[in-house]
Amino acid sequence: MQSPNHTHPDAPLSEMDIRVRALETLLIDKGYVDPAALDELVDTYEHRVGPHNGARVVARAWTDPTYRAWLLADATAAIGSDEGFGFSGRQGEHMVALENTPQLHNMVVCTLCSCYPWPVLGLPPVWYKSAPYRSRAVIDPRGVLADFGLQLPTQTEIRVWDSTAEIRYLVLPMRPDGTDGWSEEQLAKLVTRDSMIGTGVALTPQALAAQQAST
Amino acid sequence: MNGAQDLGGAMGFGAVVPEHDEEIFHAAWERHAFAITLAAGFTGQWNIDMARSARESLPPAQYLASSYYEIWFEGLQRLLIARGMIGEQELRAALAGQLPGEAPGVRSAEAAARRVAAKDVAAVLAKGGPTERPAEQAARFQIGDAVRTVVIHPAHHTRLPRYVRGKRGRILATHGAHVFPDTNAQGLGEHPCWLYTVQFDAHELWGPDTTASSVCVDCWEPYLQPDTPLDQTRDPMASAVSR
Repeated sequence: MQSPNHTHPDAPLSEMDIRVRALETLLIDKGYVDPAALDELVDTYEHRVGPHNGARVVARAWTDPTYRAWLLADATAAIGSDEGFGFSGRQGEHMVALENTPQLHNMVVCTLCSCYPWPVLGLPPVWYKSAPYRSRAVIDPRGVLADFGLQLPTQTEIRVWDSTAEIRYLVLPMRPDGTDGWSEEQLAKLVTRDSMIGTGVALTPQALAAQQAST
Repeated sequence: MNGAQDLGGAMGFGAVVPEHDEEIFHAAWERHAFAITLAAGFTGQWNIDMARSARESLPPAQYLASSYYEIWFEGLQRLLIARGMIGEQELRAALAGQLPGEAPGVRSAEAAARRVAAKDVAAVLAKGGPTERPAEQAARFQIGDAVRTVVIHPAHHTRLPRYVRGKRGRILATHGAHVFPDTNAQGLGEHPCWLYTVQFDAHELWGPDTTASSVCVDCWEPYLQPDTPLDQTRDPMASAVSR
């Protein structure tokens, strides 16, 4: 137990903390932003929207051939409409799904900024926005995949998608072997964020079990 | 513009470093920088292309040395000043930790009138910003057509990366007419143009120095011209030789 005169003060505010808060105060004072709206925005992307959304889409495509066909033909409707999942809106207005096969591996990048399908994957990870990934994905995708510990057969075609417009891409990874009879809910646990970007593949049942054992 | 943001094919940045169990935000200020950027954008004083243009206008050395939300924060300041929402001097004073003086400062009543309340955030996010518009003309290209990208180096915002300029590819998909970023970023209107996914053979882009098979890039129609594999009318010397 800490003595009253030995409490830890809050960590000192960084230069960026001070500057960002100063601008935030100005924006609030001038009436441009509602402070409660800021909390709502952070909560949305920190706690509600994320790769668990995309995982549900992939799991359904794995189990329902009609849905899979719809997803590949019109991903915007299959993901965003009420009949689909209703995962729509900002940074997911126009969706395209890319199906990985044993012959073809798709991988998504935005070399010019950080375009990413927010409604299905949430906000992009730091590496996706970083210079190493943005510079190298389009010229040396196998080198990038090696950074993720993934090696694909040399004969596999590697197709890289540079998100230069407002079309947002979701990779449909291959369904792992040994998952016959699994429910959508079980399958969704195998679908990692990286497998939907194309920098990874879906977990095997063994890898999932190992992951669950270690947590 | 040929800024530091156009990174495709650049070298020397090292390995990609994935984080295990990564946090969404890595510091408290990142939450705030993210949220004020979106909320200020909701007031409709700029469009997404202007926002990207503001970020990539940072001097290259600063851009490359900044984290992603630092770039957003710098871009936001430029937009607020450019749109008359905040005065340059009052912003500088506020960021330096000075209290606001007697002067009222710059304020945009229009922006304030369009403030989005917390209860409306979900609806605004759900609406998003679709960029497809009714096509005013027929598409110039069809799926399968051979195309060549134009060679341009505009000083303004463009979404045609340097590594695909002057390159031959093939139309893989058409997406209807979409807002054209090159004009939209400059406040010159949306000028919707047909948007295509163009597939480039990786060797066309990089010669032998690539591990990709192909690269697909979304290109608006003004970025493209027709191409034929052996277009002899393009090069008068070639047709002279063949005769």
